Amino acid sequence: MARPSAARRRSKVKGVQFTIMVVGAAGTGRTTFVNTLCESDVLRHKVIEDPETAHVETGIKIKPANIEFEEEGVRIALTVVDTPGFGDSIDNEFAFQEIMSYIERQYDDILAEQSRIKRNPRFKDNRVHALLYFIPPTGHALREMDIELMRRLSPRVNVIPVIGKADSLTPQELRSFKKRIMEDIDHYDIPIYNFPYDVEEDDEETIHENRELRAMLPFSVVGSEEEVEIDGQPVRARIYPWGIVEVDNPQHSDFTRLRGAILGSHLEDLKILTEDVLYETYRTEKLSRTVDTDDRDSQLLPEDLVNQSVILKEEQLRREEEKLREIELKMQRELNERRQQLLAKEAALRDLETRIAAQGSNTSY
Amino acid sequence: MTEEIRAQSYVGFDSITQQIEHKLLKRGFQFNVILVGQTGLGKSTLINTIFASHLMDSKGRFTADEPVRQTTEIQAVSHVIVENGVKLRLNIVDTPGFADQVNNEGCWDPIIKYIKDQHSAYLRKELTAMRDRYIQDTRIHCCLYFISPTGHSLRPIDVIVMKKLSEVVNVVPVIAKADSLTLEERENFKARIREELIYHNIRLYPFDTDEDEEEEIQLNESIREVVPFAVVGSENNVIIDGKSVRGRKTRWGVVNVEDPNHCETHLQDLIETTAQIHYEAFRSKQLLALKEGVNARPAANTAQQ
Repeated sequence: MARPSAARRRSKVKGVQFTIMVVGAAGTGRTTFVNTLCESDVLRHKVIEDPETAHVETGIKIKPANIEFEEEGVRIALTVVDTPGFGDSIDNEFAFQEIMSYIERQYDDILAEQSRIKRNPRFKDNRVHALLYFIPPTGHALREMDIELMRRLSPRVNVIPVIGKADSLTPQELRSFKKRIMEDIDHYDIPIYNFPYDVEEDDEETIHENRELRAMLPFSVVGSEEEVEIDGQPVRARIYPWGIVEVDNPQHSDFTRLRGAILGSHLEDLKILTEDVLYETYRTEKLSRTVDTDDRDSQLLPEDLVNQSVILKEEQLRREEEKLREIELKMQRELNERRQQLLAKEAALRDLETRIAAQGSNTSY
Repeated sequence: MTEEIRAQSYVGFDSITQQIEHKLLKRGFQFNVILVGQTGLGKSTLINTIFASHLMDSKGRFTADEPVRQTTEIQAVSHVIVENGVKLRLNIVDTPGFADQVNNEGCWDPIIKYIKDQHSAYLRKELTAMRDRYIQDTRIHCCLYFISPTGHSLRPIDVIVMKKLSEVVNVVPVIAKADSLTLEERENFKARIREELIYHNIRLYPFDTDEDEEEEIQLNESIREVVPFAVVGSENNVIIDGKSVRGRKTRWGVVNVEDPNHCETHLQDLIETTAQIHYEAFRSKQLLALKEGVNARPAANTAQQ
């Protein structure tokens, strides 16, 4: 957490800019989490006015919202990008691509800006520094949706998996669930943001802290916008007939640790990784691709995965076109045959006519 | 209103009820139920809770090297449960893989096909000249459709699938894992779901027929008010006030599955509803059988033992 004092002073005055994106199906606790994180109603819950529209597939809508607040004496200008509609359609392939496009567009904007001769001093850097992915609390392991999303997006953005509505699991279920998720992440080689540390370079404290946070992955959170009085103090909590779940109680939820990490201790790290590693990787790919458009080898995995579905669809289209062509040819052949038959009949008729005419002229004599 | 006639001498058909009961006890009831819903919604646990026995294993992914299912599979498991001399033949059909993929287009087709196939298989067996006296009934009597406890509303896939299912089978919507919702959230969620179901004209069990009497209509109405059933399932026991009950123990309290304040809709209601469904299906079958029995033996007279 060693930040040079000059930088710290600067950020105190100007405020640090930080962008997080929250992704998850409806009902996984995304909106409540953001509002709990910012301690105000930054995002509005999905309001279902009438039953006619509730089921309509609206597709995904990517909406950024800005909020400013202070965290440990540092002013933070936080941008939260919500993605309502993700995972709610029957075919969610499109939603995946929308999210990827959004992230890459921010990179494209900065790339364009940096390449300008006269740069805009007020240019706002909208790159996403962390993506919180909300896993529904099934208690089993990851689903195809979860694996695909994290796998495709990790090369472009810091993905931090989160279990929303964690209060629906007992402590034991939660422990097993977390373990299985991490095993899956390991098995499928998903490069999520796992609080990296260098045993040789970093100091004891940093190593210990990062190890702890890594062991908590995925973070299990409970959010609440309501308060209840416990021992005279207002506490953010959820009230059930059998007990009260406290949002800020580390025994009940990892919320506090997660907040402290992404808005405090690891904010800089997430930014640096985004700017120096993820963005640079994208930039290199993009530039080398425009230079050498035929070079397929430089394509990275996420491109491939996104393109694979496109390629499959193209193949399908090609096959269908072939079939259509065959049908066309068949029809043409049939038409030709019929035409031949018609011509033959016409010829026969004409023949008959001439013969009759000849006979007629014969008899008339 | 037809006049009731009192026969002039004892005919003996009053023992028919005994005959039926005797046959039932011997053969047992057949009940086939299909479970539809994403993995992790508590399907297996609920069945094991309702019948208070470990009847099925969860088909979820539990290890990293288990591959992700690519389609909806149909897996049936049969059990015979005996309670006080009454035999229940239970057929539970699970549908792992349903709605678990990125693209879920058509994931309901295998389910609809399966249900229809059971109907045609039964019909075929019934229509054959040399058929067994007792046909194995694999027709699905009831479908439990599991709704994810998002607290918002039905998802597009829920609407489409429930609509299609309600055309071929009796659908009972269930919100399992209801302990992730507070009571207020639960009520709002249920109300909204009911609105949506009405709007989309999704016919749910129980539905009134013209033959129903006032009593039955009342019962149906009271059941409809509780639908969808919000339940909490558990195969484990916890100790509350010195008593051992089925429940879930969390860090902030213990959920008692059998307490109507916790598991707001009693499991009893769910059992009664499904028992009704079963009874109705059974009843129509028995009446059909009786009718055929009378037709087959026109010289039938006094009761046989």
